[in-house]
Amino acid sequence: MADLTTNFIGIKSPNPFWLASAPPTDKAYNVERAYEAGWGGVVWKTLGSEGPPVVNVSGPRYGAIWGADRRLLGLNNIELITDRPLQVNLDEIKMVKRKWRDRALVISLMVPCDEDSWKDILSRIEDTEADGVELNFGCPHGMAERGMGSAVGQVPEYIEMVTRWVKKHSRMPCIVKLTPNISDIRKPAEAAHRGGADAVSLINTINSITSVNLDSFSPEPMIDGKGTHGGYCGPAVKPIALNMVAEIARNPVTRGLPISGIGGVTTWRDAAEFMALGAGNVQVCTAAMTYGFKVVQEMISGLSQYMDEKGMNATADLVGRAVPNVTDWQFLNLNYVTKAKINQDDCIKCGRCYAACEDTSHQAIAMSADRTFTVKDDECVACNLCVNVCPVENCITMVELPKGTLDERTGRKVADYANWTTHPNNPAVAAAE
Amino acid sequence: MSNSPLTPGVVAHRLAPAAYSQNFSDVQPVFDRHEARVAADRCYFCHDAPCMTACPTTIDIPLFIRQIATGTPEAAAKTIFSQNILGGMCARVCPTEQLCEEVCVREVAEGKPVEIGRLQRFATDTLMATGVHPFVRAAATGKKVAVVGAGPAGLACAHRLAMKGHEVMIFERRAKAGGLNEYGIATYKTPNDFAAREVAWLLQIGGITVKTGVELGRDITLAGLEADYDAVFLGIGLAGVNALRAAGEDLDGVRNAVDFIAELRQSDKAAVAIGRDVVVIGGGMTAVDAAVQSKLLGAQNVTMVYRRGKEKMSASEYEQDHATQSGVRIIYGAAPIRVLGTGKAEAVEFAYTVDGPKGLEMSSETFTLKADQVFKAIGQTLLAAPIAQDGAKLVTQAGKVWAGGDCAAGGEDLTVTAVAEGRDAAEAIHATLMA
Ligand SMILES: Cc1cc2nc3c(=O)[nH]c(=O)nc-3n(C[C@H](O)[C@H](O)[C@H](O)COP(=O)(O)OP(=O)(O)OC[C@H]3O[C@@H](n4cnc5c(N)ncnc54)[C@H](O)[C@@H]3O)c2cc1C
Ligand SMILES: Cc1cc2nc3c(=O)[nH]c(=O)nc-3n(C[C@H](O)[C@H](O)[C@H](O)COP(=O)(O)O)c2cc1C
Ligand code: SF4
Ligand code: SF4
Ligand code: SF4
Repeated sequence: MADLTTNFIGIKSPNPFWLASAPPTDKAYNVERAYEAGWGGVVWKTLGSEGPPVVNVSGPRYGAIWGADRRLLGLNNIELITDRPLQVNLDEIKMVKRKWRDRALVISLMVPCDEDSWKDILSRIEDTEADGVELNFGCPHGMAERGMGSAVGQVPEYIEMVTRWVKKHSRMPCIVKLTPNISDIRKPAEAAHRGGADAVSLINTINSITSVNLDSFSPEPMIDGKGTHGGYCGPAVKPIALNMVAEIARNPVTRGLPISGIGGVTTWRDAAEFMALGAGNVQVCTAAMTYGFKVVQEMISGLSQYMDEKGMNATADLVGRAVPNVTDWQFLNLNYVTKAKINQDDCIKCGRCYAACEDTSHQAIAMSADRTFTVKDDECVACNLCVNVCPVENCITMVELPKGTLDERTGRKVADYANWTTHPNNPAVAAAE
Repeated sequence: MSNSPLTPGVVAHRLAPAAYSQNFSDVQPVFDRHEARVAADRCYFCHDAPCMTACPTTIDIPLFIRQIATGTPEAAAKTIFSQNILGGMCARVCPTEQLCEEVCVREVAEGKPVEIGRLQRFATDTLMATGVHPFVRAAATGKKVAVVGAGPAGLACAHRLAMKGHEVMIFERRAKAGGLNEYGIATYKTPNDFAAREVAWLLQIGGITVKTGVELGRDITLAGLEADYDAVFLGIGLAGVNALRAAGEDLDGVRNAVDFIAELRQSDKAAVAIGRDVVVIGGGMTAVDAAVQSKLLGAQNVTMVYRRGKEKMSASEYEQDHATQSGVRIIYGAAPIRVLGTGKAEAVEFAYTVDGPKGLEMSSETFTLKADQVFKAIGQTLLAAPIAQDGAKLVTQAGKVWAGGDCAAGGEDLTVTAVAEGRDAAEAIHATLMA
């Protein structure tokens, strides 16, 4: 059996599945039940400074989008950081950590952007024996307006400054949680790195409006006729999160900086994908909020089965395996030629590939009177659209043309690797000549 | 309850009162909104969809299912009704397992089709529940058309003609409009007076007058209609029934299944007299419906006897299963020799058949079934031919007279086919009148 234990910046946990800082980690009751269910660690719901706690709305705070059979695909929230008194949280954290020594417990923090506030909160949490801190520079709503959360996360200089303060006033490992509401995710990661962060975690939620009520003309979730942007998470955000994780993992400036991958992790497979792109562990929120704590059991069994099948002994064997294969478009092999091929035994003759290719692609699929669909190799540009719209998995596959064979569409033989940087149509190449 | 399934003879009230309403309510549970959206989501929105080709009225099935999936069942209903104004009835009675659902790519791929019929029911019920009729008439053309028979063919024809702006007069010999929707289809396929409600809803288009109790050949003549109207449509169905040609056919207790069903459809079910041992002879939908409904009325033993093998039976596999699940016993490959009894039926003697080179023959192997009631369901025929025939049916057009539905040549004898033929005849009449 593969060994799922992880050591993330010195914090050990029996598996790489942590609960992200959010309602599932809001109190001892939840966290203990999560540990009982098998979660390897938690990042406690974000704490603020001493003083009267924040106030949440008393109407709906979540919105959602759904797929077939009301499967929840995306969740949005306008919740703030913890609304419970600081001391209550600290007492519970201490109690839980004492009982659950083998599990990771990280405290998420968000306080005003001045050194004293950070120094103060860090001294308050020292005594809890928590394993580390996560700086919440991510929440896109409510806190940003008060100069915290993503208001800090969107300005790399602030990230660097606050991270420095934290490293100065605390011995605890420090994770900086990044907001995706920024055009280039590498900049805040680099700033965290410069500030001395031990790791980054990403993504926090994405600014969003999930839907508009077409009767009351208010955005959802609606509070007394009005709505505001909330933070989007769940399966729908995973592709965005994967890209951001990969960008940081392959950036020479931040290469090697540990990453905790977050955003839409719902199954073991999602987790494995984040890890292959460089995440040392993953954090989960929406999947737990949708299905309860028990989902982690499938994640654990699935990941260990996969690692066994791949002959991987430890999670380190998986982490970062896909990073070298993430590249820029200009380096892709323009002489890699494939053709769509339809397996007639699997085809159920729905005609979707035909409609897609005929109406919106390259008119490369023929339809016979008896509804046999075949690809015209002399028209197929290999765009993959038919593969994506076909309801039968693996019915249409992309078959690579071996080197030297004729591509009927271009009339040219398949040649050796060559990319855009040397292509004659590239103006830069022409200029250099 | 004085009687029970064991009471000898042909008697009413075999069951407790509550059992009747339960037995004759909807066979197919109706989708709720969520179920409909889940079922709709299974549709692949096929290009040039096979289901659409298989539908005799060519309803744009992928489009209406997508309209349900996006939360607009009313728009879905309009898509359905624009091709098939009796889409509500068809959703209940179409043998979908032999039509659209049989060729659905998901049936072919995984043996589980998109539930087109139930989705159609959901859409049409939703719109009809609002009471809204979704079509308006074109400007009046000043043309008048007579329609004979208010069955599915006649109603579909009349509606399309009215939509085009023509004035339509329907002559129907029965007391109610609807044809076999009202007098034939199994009760549990169309409970709560749906046939009558559908006719009333359809007539909201305006421009259609229905005269009931008027019979062509008795009260009016075709020549008279041709003189008074610009065109005539005959949708008179098959009013005759095939005879058994077996001894004892005229004993008490031996009846045509269609007459039994017509009476059943119009009656309080508890008051319908039914035998303890019922034998139904035939293998079509009529036979199945007579047998199943006998069982539902409380008959103790119901046996359907069909002269050929299972695969030759015109009732679909689904219908046959429904019969056996309802407690009907089906005997294949046997034909009646005679009905036995003095004064009234007591038993039927059958011989097993052999399907040889000379066709179907009786073997010497016989058996006898106890029977206090015998229903003959061996096919309906044209009663009279007001215009020329094409084989056993009427030609579809003769001068200014058109014909469609069961009475006319072409297509299977199904509600949906009758609707398609009535609609298409209306289009042809319209094209001719406006030329
Ligand atoms: C018991 C039974 C069950 C069936 N079940 C199904 C089913 O589940 N699904 C399915 O698709 N099909 C079913 N069918 C077949 C379906 O009912 C018919 O195909 C359909 O009704 C044909 O429509 P139509 O308009 O041609 O004829 P009909 O429905 O027979 O209508 C003809 C109308 O013309 C009237 N008429 C006849 N002669 C005259 C005249 N001389 N003057 C004036 N009016 C006249 C009749 O009274 C009747 O109202 C069933 C048939 C029967 C008998
Ligand atoms: C209701 C809700 C509240 C959240 N609150 C916090 C928070 O207090 N601090 C924080 O760092 N992230 C918060 N998040 C973001 C999550 O920790 C996580 O980054 C995000 O939901 C993406 O992961 P997921 O797709 O697994 O849900 C919250 C998310 C949700 C849904
Ligand atoms: S890969 Fe693209 S171009 Fe080729 S057949 Fe498929 S849809 Fe058409
Ligand atoms: S989309 Fe797939 S299943 Fe449908 S016709 Fe094309 S190849 Fe066949
Ligand atoms: S064949 Fe089936 S899947 Fe395709 S459009 Fe028709 S109902 Fe939908």
